[in-house]
Amino acid sequence: MKKILNIMIALMFVALWGCNGGGDSSKNGAMSNSKAAEKVYVAPGEYDEFYAFMSGGFSGQISVYGLPSGRMLKVIPVFSQDAEKGYGYNEETKPMLNTSYGFVPWDDAHHPELSQTNGVPDGRWIFINGNNTPRIARIDLTTFETTEIIEIPNSGGNHSSPFITENSEYVVAGTRFSVPFPQKDVAIDSYKENFKGSLTYIKADEPGNMDVAFQILVPGYDYDLAHSGKGKSHGWTFFTTYNSEESHTLKEVNASQNDKDFIAAVNWKKAEEYIAQGKAKEMPASYVHNFYDEQSHIATSTKKEGVKVLIPSECPGLIYYLPTPKSPHGVDVDPTGEYIVGNGKLSADLTVHSFDKMLQAIENESFEEEIDGIPVLKFEEVVVGTVQSGGLGPLHTEFDGNGNAYTTFFISSEVVKWKLGTWEVLDRAPCYYSVGHLMIPGGDSKKPWGKYLVALNKITKDRYLPTGPEMNHSAQLYDISGDKMELLLDFPTIGEPHYAQGIAADVVMKNSKKIYPIDENTHPHAIKKENQAKVVREGNVVRVYMTSIRSHFNPDNIEGIKVGDEVYFHLTNLEQDWDTPHGLSIMGARNAELLVMPGQTETLLWKPQREGIYPFYCTDFCSALHQEMQGYIRVSAEGSDVPIKWSLGED
Amino acid sequence: MNKSSKILMGIAALLLLSLFATPLWRITLEAPQYPDGITMYIWVNKITGDTDYTLQNINILNHYVGMKYIEPDSIPELTYFPYIIIGMTIIGLLFSFIGNRKLVLTWVLTMVVLGVLGIYDFYLWEYDYGHNLDPNAPIKVPGMAYQPPVFGSKMLLNFNAISYPYWGGLFLGLSMVLATISFFISGKKKENQSPQNLALQV
Repeated sequence: MKKILNIMIALMFVALWGCNGGGDSSKNGAMSNSKAAEKVYVAPGEYDEFYAFMSGGFSGQISVYGLPSGRMLKVIPVFSQDAEKGYGYNEETKPMLNTSYGFVPWDDAHHPELSQTNGVPDGRWIFINGNNTPRIARIDLTTFETTEIIEIPNSGGNHSSPFITENSEYVVAGTRFSVPFPQKDVAIDSYKENFKGSLTYIKADEPGNMDVAFQILVPGYDYDLAHSGKGKSHGWTFFTTYNSEESHTLKEVNASQNDKDFIAAVNWKKAEEYIAQGKAKEMPASYVHNFYDEQSHIATSTKKEGVKVLIPSECPGLIYYLPTPKSPHGVDVDPTGEYIVGNGKLSADLTVHSFDKMLQAIENESFEEEIDGIPVLKFEEVVVGTVQSGGLGPLHTEFDGNGNAYTTFFISSEVVKWKLGTWEVLDRAPCYYSVGHLMIPGGDSKKPWGKYLVALNKITKDRYLPTGPEMNHSAQLYDISGDKMELLLDFPTIGEPHYAQGIAADVVMKNSKKIYPIDENTHPHAIKKENQAKVVREGNVVRVYMTSIRSHFNPDNIEGIKVGDEVYFHLTNLEQDWDTPHGLSIMGARNAELLVMPGQTETLLWKPQREGIYPFYCTDFCSALHQEMQGYIRVSAEGSDVPIKWSLGED
Repeated sequence: MNKSSKILMGIAALLLLSLFATPLWRITLEAPQYPDGITMYIWVNKITGDTDYTLQNINILNHYVGMKYIEPDSIPELTYFPYIIIGMTIIGLLFSFIGNRKLVLTWVLTMVVLGVLGIYDFYLWEYDYGHNLDPNAPIKVPGMAYQPPVFGSKMLLNFNAISYPYWGGLFLGLSMVLATISFFISGKKKENQSPQNLALQV
């Protein structure tokens, strides 16, 4: 209790100090305005140097920004329905949001992670976790579309995820909330007896084949964040834990009692050996795998059953615990793979472990104790340094590739730059306000582009024109190319960017597609020529095979639809020119629009409710005659004998 | 004819075959919202673009002003031009083998006539596309025609149309120049004739 009191006092002190300090001479906190402006100015028609992929947090999406300008380039729908693009509304993408619970149209997206080759971001894909209904998604960076989502079984909240391995072999998923494994009906206060954690490895290197490779059954702690090793530590993944107290209520107090929690070090190469030896237990699990085929433009959702589970007590050498002070949040591995930084979020200091010392301690069996078959290594045998930061509440660290590390401090609202190896603090810069994660392009990889740092702040308050009680979160861009960090720019972000990834633009942009080739479209309801347009009735199901090309739909007059019909508009966009999407919307359709890219086919389901004439039109300003791109549907009474009829251009 | 003029004539004839490997002419349309431009290539046997879909994209733009669709299948020249080229190659090789100056001159003159006819034909097609407009076109600008230039550039509404020979056109010209040179150097030992006037025609 005394410790909590101390922290409360510290918090108040920081808050007061912040009030005084924040209000003086430099309210905006930036370096000389003109110099900063010059550094972030990207002239009209010029390109940014980096892509930044920001998680959308409770928006469930990813937003893409250019750096250093802070210009927003796109919002990629991932875990949430997006009416703007018809994602999760059209028939093709609805299966993407399917889960073992059925259709879940929202999630809380936390940590984007770029695919890597040899520990360097390669720009092929970006992955992101859904925390609420545990999932991981893959986004194809040739199209910037979500193409794959896998549900994580036996997890109560997928937070320490996806944190890819060096050659994109796996993305990982540690449960934030421990639950019975497998799920069952038990008393909540039987936590210590019945609740378990799981660390899941998902095969990630083949599009369309994401799959649960194995799960490791671990004590019922909260698994918070992770990072996979690189270079010398390739083959290992490090997960932070808190609530080693195994409390199930008032966790803000009860999960903050132990002086040290753990970083779990998992040897996944060893896990592969145990799997090959048949040491895994088959355990019940029910989950789905959703895949969007970019040729048929259709997502399919497949049910999966059962998982391979490794039990640490039966698999020596699989997992170790590294004691780490004060409920560590981020665990970050430096570009060499040697230093494992624990960001103890209730402490002032950072704890740095050494991979070499860890291996030595394992070899010497320097164990404090064993928990459920997991050896706890002696703290002093693995720790290599402590950063006496002078801040409070370290959350997350990234690296610039020049021997420096940068850590966010939520409570003291600042970024602290320190030196790897000597652990001395080199510089500190205030954040506006209360920074969560930070991002340096490539900053969690072997080769960071150590030029800019983005602070992802949790609290906005007075930074922008007010927009009522709710306002966007705020990101801040710092120049880190010199000795001192220099604040260049503030820009608002979408949802809550928990974490972000950055990559040099040229790695990604050269592969960006302009169209989908119509010849490769394998959608079963696609038509590739205007003269194939037709309307077909099968019982009360009516299929409209429709095309769009500047500036008309074919057909644009449709009769013979009846109240009670289920009408499927299969719209194929015949365009094959860059940036020529067409939209489709129908009056009264209880649905979103379609937004169909060149060469793509999408389907809008409409159930007409009342007789009459229903206009439809193109929603994306496509051409000089966009306003003319419209048509009519006649809806007749149920049981009427108006025949199916369709036409274009007949007077 | 001496050996080198025979070889030159042979090369001139074979150069015609390059028309099957590279386009004769290039027409590029430029407008601000087309940062890459839209480029159409005219071959001796086909019309292509810088992507597989260029013709479709040009046709979409053209339909607003009522131009006919450019359909390579409806242009008969693309079917019989290849035979003329192959024929002239064979004849040229034959003349080079025979080594008769008058035959070489005949070949050059025939090529010049064919070239002029070809460009005139190209002009007629352009004229037809540019003037023969659908009266129901959505965009009608009084007095406006959309005929791209044969050689040079011209603003057609918002597009700057730029038309110049491409590698194939240049090789065709080079072929005629080489044949003419072949004719000249084979005649150096004898005098008479005044080939300079002929050369100017090329």
